[in-house]
Amino acid sequence: MTSDVHASAAPARRGGLARALLRPRTGGLGLLALVIALLPLALPNAYAYDVAINAGLNAIVCVGLNLLIGYAGQISLGHAAFFGLGAYASGILTTRYGWPAPGALAAGAVLVGVLAFAVARPVLRLKGHYLAMATLGLGVIISIVLNTESWITGGPDGLMLDDLTVLGWTLAGDHTWYGIVGVTLLLTVWLALNLIDSPVGRALRALHGTEIGAQVVGVDTAHYKVLAFVVSAVIAAVAGSLFAHYAGMITPGKAGFMKSVELVTMVVFGGMASTFGAIVGAVSLTVLPQLLVAFEDYESIVLGLIMIGTMVFMRRGLFVTLLDLAKSWRRS
Amino acid sequence: MTSTFLQFLFSGLTLGAIYALAGLGFSIIYNASHVINFAQGEFLMIGAMATVSLVGLGLPLELAIPLAVAIAAAVGVALARFAVVPAGDASVVTVIIITIGASILLRGVAQVVWDKEFHALPAFSGTVPISVLGATMLPQSLWVMGVSLAAILALGWFFGRTMAGKAMLAVSYSRLGAQLVGVPIRRVLLTSFALSAGLGAIGGIVVAPITFTSYEAGVMLGLKGFSAAVLGGLGNGLGAVLGGLVVGIAEAMSAGYLSSAYKDATAFVIILVVLFFLPNGLLGHKGSERV
Repeated sequence: MTSDVHASAAPARRGGLARALLRPRTGGLGLLALVIALLPLALPNAYAYDVAINAGLNAIVCVGLNLLIGYAGQISLGHAAFFGLGAYASGILTTRYGWPAPGALAAGAVLVGVLAFAVARPVLRLKGHYLAMATLGLGVIISIVLNTESWITGGPDGLMLDDLTVLGWTLAGDHTWYGIVGVTLLLTVWLALNLIDSPVGRALRALHGTEIGAQVVGVDTAHYKVLAFVVSAVIAAVAGSLFAHYAGMITPGKAGFMKSVELVTMVVFGGMASTFGAIVGAVSLTVLPQLLVAFEDYESIVLGLIMIGTMVFMRRGLFVTLLDLAKSWRRS
Repeated sequence: MTSTFLQFLFSGLTLGAIYALAGLGFSIIYNASHVINFAQGEFLMIGAMATVSLVGLGLPLELAIPLAVAIAAAVGVALARFAVVPAGDASVVTVIIITIGASILLRGVAQVVWDKEFHALPAFSGTVPISVLGATMLPQSLWVMGVSLAAILALGWFFGRTMAGKAMLAVSYSRLGAQLVGVPIRRVLLTSFALSAGLGAIGGIVVAPITFTSYEAGVMLGLKGFSAAVLGGLGNGLGAVLGGLVVGIAEAMSAGYLSSAYKDATAFVIILVVLFFLPNGLLGHKGSERV
């Protein structure tokens, strides 16, 4: 009798564990930490570290942007501007005004947060392509300002930064930066997953489903849209600050339209409304161009074909489609 | 004083005519499929670059231009057939990514087929400036305005008087309704891409002697065309023309009177201000959403 109970309980517990591992908040975060911790074993040289760090920084922005695009269902074609503003705030405040790096990073985040909050309401009142146009316009204007006001931004040549110094410690070198970006990515993912599982996340999903429906059941949709916009903008600003210190320089191109498009593409490529999909998208589209360099002149052709092909054949994105395939394969 | 103003107005009208053609391209495709085609600017580039090559091969302009327009239209149909139709009812963002992918692809192809250099097309009828009330104007500007006007009138005739045009309008009002009365939806979609690609190519070709062209020339032209279409109200042909002229003139004025560094920002400042107050553009309908 008792042995029966044990026999039936054990598979159930195993199933529970497997399910917990598949649940994003518990298993996914652990898995991600494991991957980040083990990846250095597979990174052969400084170049590979550089690609990994850039992929991590893009992933941070995309996890934030996914809250807006994937969950709240609002597109933004101007998020690179927030990334750029964060980067320039760090660059300008540390080099020209002698601020400590953490203070400059925080100031950049606050500045971008305030700016995003100020424009969010009128911008997010727009829908579909009009919203795409407005965010695109906002991004282009900011990047033109960064390009033009060279007395403070350095103009098209950009701005050089010193090494990141925190409380007298100078943080430099591939391994240190890999650690900083890895930990920041984990924190961002943890924040995003908690937000998604909270009442805020439910409100955002309701709003994505049907905005009027959500309003009818009492969701203050404008409030939640603004929230998702501001959170994603601030995350982008922080990633921008880190990027500027890591790269040692920032140019207006990093705030431009093409960078915004790249970020949205990463989110959609990996799979909307999936935090890990956003990471997969960011990593694959950061690594892909590095591999495509082998194609030389045909690089853009191959990139364009991959973008079209993925979106036509895996409409819901690479990660989400593969995950669904894996699930249905396990079931059968 | 008046002459400088006239000078800026002329260059604004020239620019505006091109933006209007690009904006019309956006509107035509939007009406037929509710797709925003971010590769629209590339059609302008393909038209201009193909003409440059064909002229380089020794063809006369009269022959090179129609051929280049046909090439662009064929590219448009291929884009619709192999990238937009297979996507079916995918979400707005997914289709935006597809057309952005297409624009990257087309720029890549242009880089391989042609090169990364800037190219100039010879002006159609000389470069001796014409003097108008103290301001000067290039003969090519007249070509730009004249050809744009002719294209817009031809479009008006096409949508108002021909069966194919009316079928396209029907699809824009109600896709299902049009399908029920036997309008071939798929052919309408392909035609709309051919039409707006051809229109874009014409714009790209007539402006090429003034602004030069390169494989990247389509990016900003496309974005300005998109602003023109949104400013006028998406899907509204007249609105796109009006939007294009507003954007072009404002850009020329701000370049002349304010700062040439910020001229590219003008279009987007206008669009933000207008959208903040009129969320559906200048001539757009106030839509209601079905739940």
